[in-house]
Amino acid sequence: MGFMREIGEYVILMGETFKRPDKGKVFRRQLLIDFQALGVDSVGIVVFISLFVGGIIAMQMAYNIDNPLVPLYLVGYTTKQMMVLEISPTIMSLILAGKVGSSIASEIGTMRVTEQIDALKVMGINPANYLILPKITAAMIFFPVLVIFSISVGLAGGLIAVFITGSVTTTDFIDGLQAWWQPFDIFYALIKTVVFAFIIASVSGFRGYTVTGGSVAVGRASTRAVVASSILIIVFDLILTQMLLT
Amino acid sequence: MIEVKNISKSFSGQMVLSDVTTSFEKGKTNLIIGQSGSGKTVLMKCCIGLFDVDEGEVVFDGRCFSGLKEKQKKNTRKEMGVLFQGGALFDSYTVEENIMFPLNMFTKQSYEEKLQRVNDVLSHVQLTNANPKFPAELSGGMIKRVAIARAIAMNPQYLFCDEPNSGLDPKTAEVIDELISELTHKFNMTTVINTHDMNSVLQIGQRIAFINKGKLWWEGDNKEILKTDNKELNDFVFSTELTRRIK
Repeated sequence: MGFMREIGEYVILMGETFKRPDKGKVFRRQLLIDFQALGVDSVGIVVFISLFVGGIIAMQMAYNIDNPLVPLYLVGYTTKQMMVLEISPTIMSLILAGKVGSSIASEIGTMRVTEQIDALKVMGINPANYLILPKITAAMIFFPVLVIFSISVGLAGGLIAVFITGSVTTTDFIDGLQAWWQPFDIFYALIKTVVFAFIIASVSGFRGYTVTGGSVAVGRASTRAVVASSILIIVFDLILTQMLLT
Repeated sequence: MIEVKNISKSFSGQMVLSDVTTSFEKGKTNLIIGQSGSGKTVLMKCCIGLFDVDEGEVVFDGRCFSGLKEKQKKNTRKEMGVLFQGGALFDSYTVEENIMFPLNMFTKQSYEEKLQRVNDVLSHVQLTNANPKFPAELSGGMIKRVAIARAIAMNPQYLFCDEPNSGLDPKTAEVIDELISELTHKFNMTTVINTHDMNSVLQIGQRIAFINKGKLWWEGDNKEILKTDNKELNDFVFSTELTRRIK
């Protein structure tokens, strides 16, 4: 019963969020701030993780493909497919759910418990629209950019790894990257990322917005935002994969 | 003038306000007093529309506010200034940006005009040159003064203050009281102050409504309160040795 009520509250909040902003200029300013906070500030962690994960995948593939009948360029191919189809869109979104989701929930939650949201409301401003809409928009625009970064850096990481370890020649690896290239794979990754970005920003915004209590409640909301976002990302990953790839 | 007519409000079946009727007069400092949990904050939040009333209505100068939809409440909200207990300043904005915020949202003034207004209201609260500071760099009293400056930036007709003295030392509390009283008379606002600070009651209480157990128990001014024989009010106001001596 409580779960159904939460879904209802979430839908109502999204109804409030997706309204025309009170003032376009103020919305654009908030959007730029959120581009920085949610997107640009996440580039470092995305690049770092992608570089190492790309390298690790390439090394594991080289270790497993230990059969003279299997061509070595498959190391590059499987690394590319894993980065494009799953690691970059899904794993990066899970990492962003931790970093960005907790940040959104705690920021909005703190505003709730310190009456800043009440202050917005009594001024005649729609707080959900003012606070959550720019975050959802920024996430849905910038996260796909981060995923493209992640794919590129991950593949570069794989190339560096095979070059250093010498398990596969760089020529074989690059041949694998170019093999059976399907632009739809990138489209699939970007579609998933946009959906995951919406989940992260909206669920975290909802968790923060509905905080009641004090600092402990803000911490709890932040944790619940990350957990709920992560679960929904995995569930929607399955649904989208079924819808788009089969 | 703000009229509160037969307001009732309950949460999860528990009655918090029961059939409260009172009025807050223009150009006066109207105080709502009562023990913690008596319902005075709920009454104020019903007045400013943060809570919907179960029964009754709140009327701002002849305009019923409580029955309106959120969109229709917007115009009346622009005439309100609210000072929240903790100030409720936006942490990520400077003092200047905090005060300029309602001007950015609701006016088409140029930056220079808005800055002029910000400086004007900051001088009213004796905080000139605080523009670039962030809320985290301000003392408790300064936060309250900036919050008052933001509340009056749009020239409101109605000023609501929720426990303006909480967490302040007696000297700073007195400064805040004097400031609110001065602004009320200067701009002829209808000011409603929610407090349990007896110094405020005796110093600036031009109209006082005592809320007890969710009901309006007593109304009067700061002179009448000293002579009242209302037992519950006496127990509340003169609960300390010092206040009993004053009486």
